[in-house]
Amino acid sequence: MAFSLMEGNEAIARGAIASGCRFFAGYPITPATTIFNTMLKLLPPLGGICLQGEDEIASIGYCLGASMAGLKVMTATSGPGISLYSEHISFAIGSEIPIVIVDVQRLGPSTGSATRGADGDIQFLRWGNSGGLPVIVLAPVDVNDCYSLALQAFNLAEEFRCPVLIASNKEIALTLENIDIDAFAKPENIERKAPSPGEPFLPFEASSGRMAPYFLPIGGKVPVRQTSSTHGPDGYITTDSDEIAKIQDRLKSKILSAADRFSFHEARLEEGADTMILTYGVTARAARAVHKEQKKRGNPVSLLILKTLWPVPEDLIRKKAVNVKRVVVVEMNLGQYVREIERILPDKKVDFLGQMDGRLITPRQIREVIIHA
Amino acid sequence: MPSLLNVSRPPVFCPGCSHERITHALDNAFQNMDLYEDQIVIVTDIGCSGLFDTFFHTHAFHGLHGRALTYAAGLKMARPELNVIVTMGDGGLGIGGAHILSACRRNLDLTLLILNNFNFGMTGGQFSATTPPEAQVGSGFLNRLESPLDVCRLASSAGAAYVTRCSSYAKNLAEEIENAVRFDGFSILDIWGICPGRYTKRNRLTPQIIEDSLAKLPLIKSPKAENLRKEYGKHYRELSAGQKPVPSPAKIEATFKPPEPGRQELVILGSAGQRIITAGEILCLAGLTAGLRVTQKNEYNITVLRGPSISELILSPEEIDFTGIVEPNVILALSREGVARRKHLFNHLDNNALIIQALKVEVPSCNARIHQIDFKAQDIRPRDRALAALSVLAKLNKVIHLEMLQSALKFRFRGKILASALDLVDRVETAKLM
Ligand code: SF4
Repeated sequence: MAFSLMEGNEAIARGAIASGCRFFAGYPITPATTIFNTMLKLLPPLGGICLQGEDEIASIGYCLGASMAGLKVMTATSGPGISLYSEHISFAIGSEIPIVIVDVQRLGPSTGSATRGADGDIQFLRWGNSGGLPVIVLAPVDVNDCYSLALQAFNLAEEFRCPVLIASNKEIALTLENIDIDAFAKPENIERKAPSPGEPFLPFEASSGRMAPYFLPIGGKVPVRQTSSTHGPDGYITTDSDEIAKIQDRLKSKILSAADRFSFHEARLEEGADTMILTYGVTARAARAVHKEQKKRGNPVSLLILKTLWPVPEDLIRKKAVNVKRVVVVEMNLGQYVREIERILPDKKVDFLGQMDGRLITPRQIREVIIHA
Repeated sequence: MPSLLNVSRPPVFCPGCSHERITHALDNAFQNMDLYEDQIVIVTDIGCSGLFDTFFHTHAFHGLHGRALTYAAGLKMARPELNVIVTMGDGGLGIGGAHILSACRRNLDLTLLILNNFNFGMTGGQFSATTPPEAQVGSGFLNRLESPLDVCRLASSAGAAYVTRCSSYAKNLAEEIENAVRFDGFSILDIWGICPGRYTKRNRLTPQIIEDSLAKLPLIKSPKAENLRKEYGKHYRELSAGQKPVPSPAKIEATFKPPEPGRQELVILGSAGQRIITAGEILCLAGLTAGLRVTQKNEYNITVLRGPSISELILSPEEIDFTGIVEPNVILALSREGVARRKHLFNHLDNNALIIQALKVEVPSCNARIHQIDFKAQDIRPRDRALAALSVLAKLNKVIHLEMLQSALKFRFRGKILASALDLVDRVETAKLM
């Protein structure tokens, strides 16, 4: 057995590099800055590029340009920056630009507390884009997840040609932990697909059986069009409602129809348990402690930890909750993801435990809610 | 060379719009430079200038308002061989001001064509960053309150080497564009034009007036000698080629048995300058030498050289779930401000807990055993006290033992620093003050 000591931010950066990420741009912001620092050390010696943007809008803009030139790209920020990313997240969704975006959440609103953790951006990450089309949001629990979900994030971004957001938290990002990077079963890296020779290419046409269009880079032999305007398959602005409806439908269904394939989670279901704790992010660690301890005491509770938050793994949640009467949703905010659970499980008692003061929710707090039904 | 104009999409500007002239001049410039469609990307901003990419059969990137230069920079860094041409109106100039400044400072080889027609054409003739105060525009009296921006002066003072301006009606417009594209670095061409759709409905502006106005302005020499320097992309690649590869993270083999069973929670309460965070890291590394799982959380002021510095550490033979510390087994109390920041911790201590307390660092009354050390009497400087406290801990066989600590130091440090750290660990006396 051999471990390294690493913080979550470094693990995300190392995961990105292992995924083939060769372009990073970011603007310094606590608690995300060490992702930038790490990328700046790792990328240049590999021939990759790491830039410090003049602001957050520019940083993600650089990434979108580089992604369209064919590179795997990533950017990282926190609450104030993710707010500024918004217009470019919409662009990446609508114009199918692969990019991994890390939001190392800190206590908001606004400037809030730079060095306190929170999971306050969970609905913002889903809905903070104009147009409201679905996005993929992954949520790590610990340093291992930071590494492995970074790998998954790149694969999803490349396969579906979309932004993939990683909802980290200061409490994971800046916490150092033991990790054995060689022990991971790494998924094979997925690359964007070019049309086979002779196959016709339109920049936004998903030919039969494909979810996302083929990709050719800007700067290659074939002229490629990219546009933030509502476009048809040829990448020119269009006013044809049928064509518009078709492309919007595809943008929605390419993510939703495949969601089962990437509903990452950890379920610890206990026979005879009446209650299931449902949580995500760093809070899952307190929940794991409660799950273990209650099991030892002969008072088992089930536990479902979601690592894919969006699209909401609805079937998964329904299946895992089948045998319990009550679901306790625990999150480091004043009630965000619990809305989804109430929607999906109308016949269960859904209780909520939340806190937004920069402190971790403790096992004791969870235990109290579990015991005092 | 054939024209690169898109035969299936001819320009659709208002009759008399000077953008149309610029479109043809740009095409002529491409032809004169013998450029093929795959060697060019036209990056366009928002507004009527944002239509340019559709009129050409080249690579094209049309994005959000004011941000064209950001995509252009990403494209150029990723594909240095591409000719990257940005078209942007005077609107984009205003909203994208930060990006213009940084493009000027950076000197990446992009060409920015500012299609300057003194108003927002597409949205109804509102005032832009270049609208004269006396103009009648769609923003009521508001433009009378602001002074228009001279982008050339701005760009020059921001460090752009190639900055020039001309009229859309200039006979040598294609040549002006070609010169800007050929420049190896960031170039700006401020092209003055007429927007009959909006601006000249209420304002008099003719090619002659533009020519006269330009003639009155001081001559700008481009390139400006004092702003000439290496092109950013080339310079970037040059510097990045000299960067050393980073090895994969080093791993620590588990070789020892820890002195105590079970999960151990430890908090170091100190101040900036006491190397608290480093000590925390060393304790974690020591834990790894015994195959323990470890977590470290740090807290310090954003003004890093002042204020409390705190490290919270967990070492455990099992997976560490919750990373918070409620009832620590050990507290290293090394400074008053550190203790003050975590006063509440002391309420929870039971009589198995141990406090290693630096002399004169008072702690709230509590049930824990207190082991007081006079670091000063042992001639241990404040910056070495955190490591010295770890040594005390190791010598007491609490949480870690001496071999664990020594191998952690050997893992973390080399040379002189290692020698002095080992020496410090060695000479610390654990004698408890009475
Ligand atoms: S509105 Fe003005 S800038 Fe736009 S096409 Fe018409 S004349 Fe040209």
